[in-house]
Amino acid sequence: MAVAESSRPVRSERPAVEVEGLVREFGTFRALDDVSLTIREGEFFSLLGPSGCGKTTLLRIIAGLDLADGGVVRIGGVDALSIPAHKRPVNTVFQSYALFPHLSVRDNVSFGLRMKNVPAAEAGPRLQRALEMVQIQQFADRKPAQLSGGQRQRVALARALVNEPKVLLLDEPLGALDLKLRKELQVELLTLQRRLGITFIFVTHDQEEALVMSDRIALMRAGKIEQLGEADMIYERPRTRFVSQFLGSCNLFAGKAAGRDGDALVVETALGKLRAEGYGCSAEARVEFTLAIRPEKLYLTAPDSENAQGENRVPVVVKQLIYIGSETHYLLDANGHELITYAMNARVGSQGFDIGQSAVAYLPAAALVVLED
Amino acid sequence: MKKAQPTRAIRYGELLTRGGQRLRSAMTSGWGIAWVTLFLLVPLLGIAWISFMTRGTYGEIQWPATFANYQRLLGFGVLGFDSQYPTIILRSLVLGGGATLVCLIAALPLSFFIAGQPEGRKQIALTLVVIPFWTNLLIRTYAWQILLGQDSVLARLAVGLGLAEVGRPLYPSAFAVYIGMLCAYLPFLVLPLYTAVEKLDWSIAEAAADLGANRVQVFRHAILPQLLPGMVAGILLVFIPAIGQFVIPDLLGGAKTVMLGNAIQQQFGPSRDWPFGSAIAFVGMAVVMLGLWINTRVTAAKGEEGML
Repeated sequence: MAVAESSRPVRSERPAVEVEGLVREFGTFRALDDVSLTIREGEFFSLLGPSGCGKTTLLRIIAGLDLADGGVVRIGGVDALSIPAHKRPVNTVFQSYALFPHLSVRDNVSFGLRMKNVPAAEAGPRLQRALEMVQIQQFADRKPAQLSGGQRQRVALARALVNEPKVLLLDEPLGALDLKLRKELQVELLTLQRRLGITFIFVTHDQEEALVMSDRIALMRAGKIEQLGEADMIYERPRTRFVSQFLGSCNLFAGKAAGRDGDALVVETALGKLRAEGYGCSAEARVEFTLAIRPEKLYLTAPDSENAQGENRVPVVVKQLIYIGSETHYLLDANGHELITYAMNARVGSQGFDIGQSAVAYLPAAALVVLED
Repeated sequence: MKKAQPTRAIRYGELLTRGGQRLRSAMTSGWGIAWVTLFLLVPLLGIAWISFMTRGTYGEIQWPATFANYQRLLGFGVLGFDSQYPTIILRSLVLGGGATLVCLIAALPLSFFIAGQPEGRKQIALTLVVIPFWTNLLIRTYAWQILLGQDSVLARLAVGLGLAEVGRPLYPSAFAVYIGMLCAYLPFLVLPLYTAVEKLDWSIAEAAADLGANRVQVFRHAILPQLLPGMVAGILLVFIPAIGQFVIPDLLGGAKTVMLGNAIQQQFGPSRDWPFGSAIAFVGMAVVMLGLWINTRVTAAKGEEGML
């Protein structure tokens, strides 16, 4: 996809939004439990997590649409919690768009300019630029009810961006759209963000969307940040079971420390002794581990091939296979333990293994991650 | 090219022949149409006709046809210009408009208050709003005479607070009239307005605040447009009957002023001048129609979605 190739511009390390020890309680329910994070200027930052994890609450507190019960939020270095929503240098794209139904597209987009009494000489060109930016000039005189979902989405975006906010907050803006349109708008949104250099804070529950778009992701769970980092780091080096399962799928199995081998930990598991190189320093002190490996990082070879010999080789039997065109997904039985692997169907013709066939799975030490829980 | 009339139609999954459709219409809406025609349209035409007739010496309705009734109503009587009837019309309009305004001012915060209550208390609050309906209008109005009377608690309180002069009672007065009107018509405004408040999409208010609107601007640009349909319905429900109201101004205003309603009753009753009474009734109706027409024009200009 074009997005993956797009160069990531050099960004300053200056913080756009700083959140420290943020707490929000609804009755006895802790929606945000001591959340701290720093979002850098010009960064595309995603808050990812299942529904009810607090990601929208965090966004609303930054926008000034919800109160915090404790903690600090600074926007551009300025304490924001005591500033009312209409004076904060941020704008929001709402999940339901929340367009003004009685106003035309043009009046919707220029609303912020009118509220701030921007002089007409400046407001006119800014409005025009915003309409052109998301290609809605031709609908400028329509009412929101006369627009399609994708067009409304664009209006909501233009209405926020026309104010030239320091930070743009997006609350699942693509959630209501069908898959194809969603993919299109993902690319469009990302291109726009790169061009404008505005900090985007993007709330989503869609892990793929977060991976495609974000510079960094904060994966949230039950009001806490489970892991925060660059998109590929979160995927390649999940910290916990939850992260490994929420972002993509993962093979997990338990093991006990059996010693060290240079840079790697040697772990005794139901599949035999495995060498794992992916671990943090906290793992060294423990005895029991959960190991994780992504299905696509696990290789399947024939028992008689030369690849079947060496470390981290596990004999398996193919239990089930799902052919999906570009790849085949195998469900394997390894000593009573289930493993999943994805194999690219790179060759023409027969793709290797049938149900009931014996094979050897290779779990590269570099791909084996030791989880913290 | 003219299309052939379809002989059958499917309506909500039901297959109907043309004759069946006609029969269905006649059986359902036919009764209502017949009723309205017989007991509203025909008498109305009768009144229209009478309003152009002449009053006989003993109050009969007789020829010749004349515009004299309408001329007299507009102030051009046989004895030169007389502002009595134009004043009555104006006074009724002011009373209707004033009562509507008072009700609106009271109903707006009340609607938001009720909508903000927990589910159980909402029902109680709405019942309390509707309770005055269970009492006869006359009894309610007489009750206000007592409540606002010279030695009543309210009167003493008003004097004590310096809101009223000693010896000048709260009733009869314009204040008492508007209290009575408020009491009589408030539910008509609260109920549609409350429904509109319940249906408010608050995310639009949040969007307005997010875009830099202060409290007043949020109300003006994000909330008021959403309330408008309910508000207009409520205003019409109050304004129309309030124009014709004469019992409350009589009982609480001291029966010193004549309203449109008094005038009509006067002409059909003691004065036995049915042609003139008909003319007053018709002008009153015309005023209401004019109001309705302006309202539809205003809402139409805002577009179909404008009223959302």
